[in-house]
Amino acid sequence: MADLSVKVAGVSFANPLIAASGTFGFGREYGEFYPLSKLGGISCKGITLQRRDGNPPPRIAETPSGILNAVGLQNPGVDVFINDDLPWLKQQNTVVIANIAGNTVEDYCAMAEKLSETDVDMIELNISCPNVKSGGVQFGTSCESVGQITREVRAHCKKPLIVKLSPNVTDIASIAQAAEANGADAVSLINTLTGMRIDINTRRPIIRNNTGGLSGAAVFPVAVRMVWQVSNAVKIPVIGMGGISSWEDAVEMMIAGATALQIGTVLFSDPYAPIKIAEGVSRFLDDNGIASVTELTGTVKPW
Amino acid sequence: MKYDIRKLRLLSNAEIADGIFDMRLALSGDEPPVQCGQFAHVYVPGKSLRRPISVCDARGGVLRLVYQIKGEGTRIMSEMLPGCLVDVLLPLGNGFSVGRGKKYALIGGGIGVPPMLYTAAQCDSPLVITGFRNKELVILQDDFADAGAEVVLATDDGSAGQKGFVTDVLRARIAEVDEVCACGPTPMLRAIAQVCAEFGKPCQISLEERMACGIGACLVCAVKVRKNGEEIMQHVCRNGPVFNAEEVVFHG
Repeated sequence: MADLSVKVAGVSFANPLIAASGTFGFGREYGEFYPLSKLGGISCKGITLQRRDGNPPPRIAETPSGILNAVGLQNPGVDVFINDDLPWLKQQNTVVIANIAGNTVEDYCAMAEKLSETDVDMIELNISCPNVKSGGVQFGTSCESVGQITREVRAHCKKPLIVKLSPNVTDIASIAQAAEANGADAVSLINTLTGMRIDINTRRPIIRNNTGGLSGAAVFPVAVRMVWQVSNAVKIPVIGMGGISSWEDAVEMMIAGATALQIGTVLFSDPYAPIKIAEGVSRFLDDNGIASVTELTGTVKPW
Repeated sequence: MKYDIRKLRLLSNAEIADGIFDMRLALSGDEPPVQCGQFAHVYVPGKSLRRPISVCDARGGVLRLVYQIKGEGTRIMSEMLPGCLVDVLLPLGNGFSVGRGKKYALIGGGIGVPPMLYTAAQCDSPLVITGFRNKELVILQDDFADAGAEVVLATDDGSAGQKGFVTDVLRARIAEVDEVCACGPTPMLRAIAQVCAEFGKPCQISLEERMACGIGACLVCAVKVRKNGEEIMQHVCRNGPVFNAEEVVFHG
């Protein structure tokens, strides 16, 4: 049996499959399907300093091989997360990543400070949410703003810090370099691509927010390309995500340069997908005489 | 574990009205008991999202899902052939709370009619009020009668049953009713909730919203409700689909 364990920024994961933020809540619901210890980790639903109710519905539309969503960061606030959800999550024997989002740099810093005093394993800086009016992706689209927010949060953060990158940029590799240069321990990518669907009868956008974030198999090739570009541009580990739906996708994403993976949209059609993917990756490694999954990372042979 | 994927054998999948299909699946018997008003989340090959369909009936070891072709996903469902295995998450959500010894009015509008059948089977001689746009869309009338219900048919254009809305029937009969359960389009539910509030009758309504995970993790199927004087977001899949009508804050 091949070794599936990976290490990101000093944190050990039993396998590279991490539930992606926003698709998995704080774990309790999917914990009614299988023990969460079968996952390498969980990136929790994005949390903000204060409770947010999110956007009005509809918040989702199906698209060819994907979905558009605009939940708008509905969450109970960082204090409720720390008091009510984190203690339970920490008993599940999996890596717990807190995903934080804010309206201001100060919000992010305040949350990083609070979470640094807990036993959360890692913090993921969400500067790529396309579905909120202020904050979110506005911090994530220029090297200057990414560099500044990473630097300031770093100064308040005692935990390993992942910066989650938006694909809605012209040069994601230089954005990743800005995060790295300012203290990020890892980067994760891609967040969703901004998209839109319109009902041709009512001429109304299907999503009440008008636009939403595109995810699912449709974005996978974009994600592979960006993970490849970023992993060539930085030395810190890359957590790859974006439409991974099968074990073959997972292997491909690691070959492109990912050290670990996040799995999201596929959960909605198959809640067991991360477990099946981990099993498939394990079989692939055994069949190819590869001792450790880490041997896949960045082994693409570009033309 | 509370949840599991079930692969249920498709027994039949007949078109019972224009664009409306009656999918019957053999329950394996090891599922948790299905309550009226709960839903099944049906996997559709090739689609990113499951399709949430209210349970029409679950008596006699057969799960009935009566659904309307609304788009590509339900069209693919309608092409599933008897004998195949259908992948469902079941049972999900909180259903109608009904019991014996009370007089219920069970109201369905259009494709909101099917869940009232299994609900009717849990009540003593309920009054079932069904509303449809026209006679081509009328379904399940005999099934309700077989379940021991008095069934009233109304159509918008008067092409079958009486002409008018389900709320007209409800107003005429409300004196004999203890509680109301309803499923259908939002304007209908809002009107029923108003009638019930006016006459002081408890009212449960089953809501619909575009859904993804089906279990309360992804938070897309949001509905605003008023609890203890405060408006909060709940979710159709996890907190519903059945809600206390007094608590629902209708939008749009």
